[in-house]
Amino acid sequence: MLGQLTLEAFQKGLIEMGAQIGLVVGGLVVVGLLFYFKKWKWLWKTWITSLDPKKIGIMYLILAAFMLLRGLADVLMMRAQQAMSSGDATGILSSDHFQQVFSAHGTIMIFFVAMGVIFALFNLIVPSQIGARDVAFPFMNSVSFWLFFVGVALINLPLIVGEFSAAGWLAYPPLSGLEYSPGVGVDYWIWALQIAGIGSLLSGINFLVTIFKMRAPGMRMMKMPIFVWSVLGSVSLIIFAFPILTATLGMLSLDRLIGTHFFTSDFGGNPMMYVNLIWAWGHPEVYILILPAFGIFSEIVATFSGKRLFGYKSMVAAILAITFLSFTVWLHHFFTMGAGANVNAFFGIMTAVIAVPTGVKVFNWLFTMYRGRVRLTTPMLWFLGFVVTFTLGGVAGVLMSVPAIDFQVHNTLFLVAHFHTMIIGGVLFGFFAGLTYWFPKFAGFRLNERLGRYAFWCWLIGFLTAFVPLYALGLMGAVRRMDHYSSELGWQQLFIVAGVGVAIICLGVFFQLLQLVVSIIQRKKNMVGADPWDGRTLEWAMSTPPKEYNFAVLPTVTERDAFWEMKQKKQLPSRNYEDVHVPKNSGIGVMVGMSALAAGFGIIWHIWWLALIGFIAVLVLLIVRLTSDDTERVIPRAEVERLENMKAGAA
Amino acid sequence: MNTQEVAKVNNKYQLGFWVYLMTDCLLFGSLFATYAVLRGATYGGPTEADIFEMPFVLAETLILLTSTFVCGLGLVAAKAGKQTWTIILFGLTMLLGIAFLAMELSEFSKLIGEGFSWQRSAFLSAFFVLVGTHGAHILAGLIWVVVMLVRVTQRGLTPNNLRRLSLFALFWHFLDVIWIFIFTVVYLMGVAK
Repeated sequence: MLGQLTLEAFQKGLIEMGAQIGLVVGGLVVVGLLFYFKKWKWLWKTWITSLDPKKIGIMYLILAAFMLLRGLADVLMMRAQQAMSSGDATGILSSDHFQQVFSAHGTIMIFFVAMGVIFALFNLIVPSQIGARDVAFPFMNSVSFWLFFVGVALINLPLIVGEFSAAGWLAYPPLSGLEYSPGVGVDYWIWALQIAGIGSLLSGINFLVTIFKMRAPGMRMMKMPIFVWSVLGSVSLIIFAFPILTATLGMLSLDRLIGTHFFTSDFGGNPMMYVNLIWAWGHPEVYILILPAFGIFSEIVATFSGKRLFGYKSMVAAILAITFLSFTVWLHHFFTMGAGANVNAFFGIMTAVIAVPTGVKVFNWLFTMYRGRVRLTTPMLWFLGFVVTFTLGGVAGVLMSVPAIDFQVHNTLFLVAHFHTMIIGGVLFGFFAGLTYWFPKFAGFRLNERLGRYAFWCWLIGFLTAFVPLYALGLMGAVRRMDHYSSELGWQQLFIVAGVGVAIICLGVFFQLLQLVVSIIQRKKNMVGADPWDGRTLEWAMSTPPKEYNFAVLPTVTERDAFWEMKQKKQLPSRNYEDVHVPKNSGIGVMVGMSALAAGFGIIWHIWWLALIGFIAVLVLLIVRLTSDDTERVIPRAEVERLENMKAGAA
Repeated sequence: MNTQEVAKVNNKYQLGFWVYLMTDCLLFGSLFATYAVLRGATYGGPTEADIFEMPFVLAETLILLTSTFVCGLGLVAAKAGKQTWTIILFGLTMLLGIAFLAMELSEFSKLIGEGFSWQRSAFLSAFFVLVGTHGAHILAGLIWVVVMLVRVTQRGLTPNNLRRLSLFALFWHFLDVIWIFIFTVVYLMGVAK
């Protein structure tokens, strides 16, 4: 009846029990508060069933923020373990628990923090920057979000029931096969990623069509803001890469469920096949994350230098080059596979080549600042920090692109330090810059600048303190995923320094949370209008906070930096209002999500009837929705006029 | 909606659906690549030439091709506004699809009966999953066409239904193309060695 699910699955060790009880109690408190303040209806109507991409974007952001804290909690445990567990001391975690922690950390940070934030920004910024009211397929957007939610739920459920995968963030077989990982951990990992991944794929299709078909009149491709170009590169990569992930995870799960032999080490299976396939998705994934960050920096540098972006065309070319090249380098993740010197040389050269377009972008940003009126706001600080860290990490990456060097540092902390430099110093700094930059557009007030600067300096210093020692340790031979080492190696001091670095980062996160709270309390003082930074692109032409339909009259574009152009020509927005079509709310997206959650949970625990019901429910819900002809609502002209004439703030 | 708006909406859906088909193509691409790597990994079990019955597979192929041809005629009828013909032709498409799927399942059950299931070797795993994934797509298409038959009967050939029928036709053609690749790469190249 309940498959493999037994009461024992709820029994946990001490640390996990804390998380378990915390999650359950926290959940109950939230539910209780919603009842107490009678907010269920509000939650359902304004958020859960909304098809407005701005609302969906904010929901992505909230989930990603929680996942960042979860991932950070994992970091604290790992750093504490490695700082303490030398010689006779064994630290605070058992080996098995340590393995689950680093597997969860990697998976969560990539799939549920970084991916969450990029989809948040796609939803919040892309439609308005191209002068559109909505995405191409609003309902599909809601389904994507709820599938992402299911992924978040499934990745956190092991804290309550069962265990998580101990096979690393990419779950290489044969370790992740049934023979060596018989529990439900790897299944949690597979289905969290599989379901969220399908959501990502749908989002990729959605935003590609949005960018191609929904641009404002006059906005030719070469007049699109660079952020939109970077999103186009990113979603193209999603479209090419995520089907490979779907197929690969599908095969791995079939190996575990019905006894196929794709990646097993007997019956002719081929584990290296998995490693090739997963990195054919995995390397583009890195660029899926970094390209939007490049786009954000391009907007920010241009705005805060008061200049047009230097080298727009070369920027576009660089994005396209990176998009293409990112599919030609995956083998550098396993030079040690033994593919032979020529194959390794090819992939090594391609890896070094991809640094060229990236370098072009960095120089373009610096030239944009040159002779500009640079305003050193918090977003610009994040940018400058990024230039330092990203260059450092990039140089380490080019070093490792040489197969001979890679053989030396392969699987060490040097590699771990390298990719954290790229993801934290590149992707994360980019997101923080973007969030600070766009926050006032959606909230109506600015974030506190002083606390923002404190947060930045803590992150930058903390990051360097945490990861420079890992470069050194890696060169000294410290392998990754190590829960204990001999005290004679002399590594402990460096591990302690790294732990101090993480503590400084935590202080930065504390300042960010404080910044949010303080800014909300002082919101009256920091109220801003529609265009707080003297912006250049169309999102600043919307009212603040934006209306549901973004623009009452769709703007007509004649130049790059369309809003800047309108301000120069003193063009006022047209007042020829018309009826506006917006999508009706739909509860089917969330129902699809919950059914998928039931199906996923059923498969993980081998509760087959639940899996079947969930799957059929998804099917029926989709049929109901996709054959419905009544999905739009009209806001009549008079109502649009009334909304537009209301003073900002009165709404 | 006026015709211009309809065209605009259709345009969006067409592009979106084409992009989806390309992602599906990549999914199959991954499975084809896996099959190419694992086709020789028989682990002492049967090889391709031992288990494929070409006349049977050829019949399957012809049935699927005919089904797609009929589907194309159905779309022509739908665009001409002939509701009865639309229902007849798409109904025929469905029947031929069911026949194809039944033949595939009988091939599978025969192999399993002989002890050559996906658990026997990596080659058989790759074979069953590649061909089975195509079969699962056919099943999805069958559900889709049944829903469309009901909707067209209820509401007639509205612009929305026309769009859905044309997207279905795209999907069905796409599955045909995939099958041609399966027929060539798996079956023909399998027995040619």
